[in-house]
Amino acid sequence: MLDANDLNVFPVDAWIQDGVAWIALNLRPLFLAIKWPVEYVLNLNIFLLQEIPFLAIVAVAVLLAWRLASLGVACFSAVALVAIAALGVWSEAMTTLSLITTAIVICAAIGIPIGIGCARSDRMWGVVRPILDIMQTTPTFVYLVPVVMLFGVGTVPGEVAVVTAAAPPLIRFTNLGIRMVETEMVEAGLAFGATKRQLLWEVQLPLAVPTILGGLNQTVLTAMVMSVVVAMIGAEGLGLVVLQGLGRLDVGRAAVGGIAIVLLAMMLDRITQKLAQPGGPGGRPLLRSLRALVRSGRPADGKTNAGPATSNPAISSPDQ
Amino acid sequence: MTERLRVENLYKVFSKSPDPALRMLAAGAKKTDVLAKTGMVVGLNDVSLSVPSGAIYMVMGLSGSGKSTLARCINRLNEPSAGRILLDGRDIVAAGEAELRDIRRKRISMVFQHFALLPNRTVAENTEFGLKLQGVSPQSRGRRAEEVLSIVGLARWGNHYPHELSGGMRQRVGLARALATDADVLIMDEAFSALDPLIRTEMQDELLRLQRTLKKTILFITHDFQEALKLGTRIAIMADGELVREGTPQSIVLEPGSDYVAAFTREVDRSRLFDARWAMTPVQPVPLAAGLCLAETGDGGGLVLDDGGHVVGALDSETLRGLRDTAGGGIASLGNGGIGALRKDFVTVRECDSLLDAARAHRAGRPMAVVDEEGRLTGTLAADRILAGIAAAPPHPAGGLHA
Repeated sequence: MLDANDLNVFPVDAWIQDGVAWIALNLRPLFLAIKWPVEYVLNLNIFLLQEIPFLAIVAVAVLLAWRLASLGVACFSAVALVAIAALGVWSEAMTTLSLITTAIVICAAIGIPIGIGCARSDRMWGVVRPILDIMQTTPTFVYLVPVVMLFGVGTVPGEVAVVTAAAPPLIRFTNLGIRMVETEMVEAGLAFGATKRQLLWEVQLPLAVPTILGGLNQTVLTAMVMSVVVAMIGAEGLGLVVLQGLGRLDVGRAAVGGIAIVLLAMMLDRITQKLAQPGGPGGRPLLRSLRALVRSGRPADGKTNAGPATSNPAISSPDQ
Repeated sequence: MTERLRVENLYKVFSKSPDPALRMLAAGAKKTDVLAKTGMVVGLNDVSLSVPSGAIYMVMGLSGSGKSTLARCINRLNEPSAGRILLDGRDIVAAGEAELRDIRRKRISMVFQHFALLPNRTVAENTEFGLKLQGVSPQSRGRRAEEVLSIVGLARWGNHYPHELSGGMRQRVGLARALATDADVLIMDEAFSALDPLIRTEMQDELLRLQRTLKKTILFITHDFQEALKLGTRIAIMADGELVREGTPQSIVLEPGSDYVAAFTREVDRSRLFDARWAMTPVQPVPLAAGLCLAETGDGGGLVLDDGGHVVGALDSETLRGLRDTAGGGIASLGNGGIGALRKDFVTVRECDSLLDAARAHRAGRPMAVVDEEGRLTGTLAADRILAGIAAAPPHPAGGLHA
């Protein structure tokens, strides 16, 4: 009688082991080169968020939330941050926040240009799309295997995993946003003699901004999830609090970490989601918000009700 | 009028390798044959036309007739498969990337059906869009935007966003944007089709008003035959990618040439399209004494003219017969102070007045004089001629067409 285990003749695990060992040994400079900018930005962020006084961070967060989103979100942010501090996990929360902000910076720097490239070249999209499909269907947990092999353990390798997991939505949404720009708009650009570059900067990108910001929202949420999971490969932050709580069967400690994670995630989602909602039909929320941020006085914009919402909230909130 | 734009044997097949389809078309195949045999969609099949400078050239057709494809080929938003498009003798189809960009920036601009205004820019920023692409400095393009916005009647709307404007106003912005670059050829692709009927009429009048001073060469795409008649100096009618009829509005209405075109012309309001000259009966004045002339009207009466050809009075048939019957040339006595016997209640219309205007001016029992621009009599217009003209009777042999 044939048993399934009799068919196990391929020592795939051994092959991969050898393969990865070979890559790790011979391509070490490559991985160091990838790791270096991540490490640099991450350390800078950790340094800033840990050194800036608690009240200053709360003030900045509230101001940002007020200008970019609304007064309600600002109040929620203040309460959430104070609650995190009251739970006694402020320092860990700031480390997690550093992981996320670093991911935003790096994903934006890499993801948006790749997304633009995909939107302008069907061939490039044909190559990138299956890669994104694989990346997004792979459980976050599985990311940890190659990362540990190639980058080792700790907070910086954790950040590499966070960036890898968080980049796909931004690439997708950038590509989608540019491709979704109405053909008549693109034709208007061409009919008045726009070069390819002018078409991108004058027509396509400004009109794609709301969709790209929707992608940014997804990136933030994915980074949030991943920043917790990477505690398993030794990254610090709120994830580590939960992991330690679980390890010691300390339910209270694990719950504290969990509550802080939820509060932080809701705050980030609220702020970035409002960012993605256009100010008018197809408006320019980011530019206008940033401009309003510089100007003092009146709130950012009253007309947030008009126009289609492009964001795709993963967490729904009671205030909408 | 000199020729501004000339299209020669233009073909457009929507395919990356259109050669088999082009060979079939050259051998006389129709759009449906090509689709059945090769699966390729034919947009344009051997279209040739000539657009005079300063004309409003209407390209009219139903959806799928290739009219928009033709417009898009002119500035190569659609790449022609074969043929030539000459702008002042230069072939646009052969132009390289840089030259094409230059043509699009400086020579040909476009107005879109759904306006295609950038929602994230103000009216003024939209208007100066073409100039910004050319790298014109912010000050001078701002000045130019103000200029053209006041031409289209939106002087005070520069700082508003398109979504704050009504459809008609948005299309005025679209027009202002097209005018801002000073291009002499304007492609208007169903520019007024998305507007409601009242606003559409208003925009048509506005375009005619602007065109009197701007004298652009306008290629206007429409599916509305009434619009084509109202705006067009010439009309080209398309069906299945082919040009089926081309000519002035009046000549197309008079001789549709095919059932397809006749279907459009059947409903036409001729009372507005045709003028008094077309329906009038020309006169042959005969000299009387003392520099006066008599022009007989068809009903036995007559109009008396001075030596400049101007009408001084009318004679009804009885008076005229009475004068004729009087021995010794009673007619001649008119010149000798008999002028007081003339009726002054005749009606005057100009040659270029529409039949509708003539019908409105008509009064029972009073003769109608048709005069040219200098006020000289050229014909008379009886009620039955007006009715015949409106009811599509064939024109009088000597009748003229609306200019």
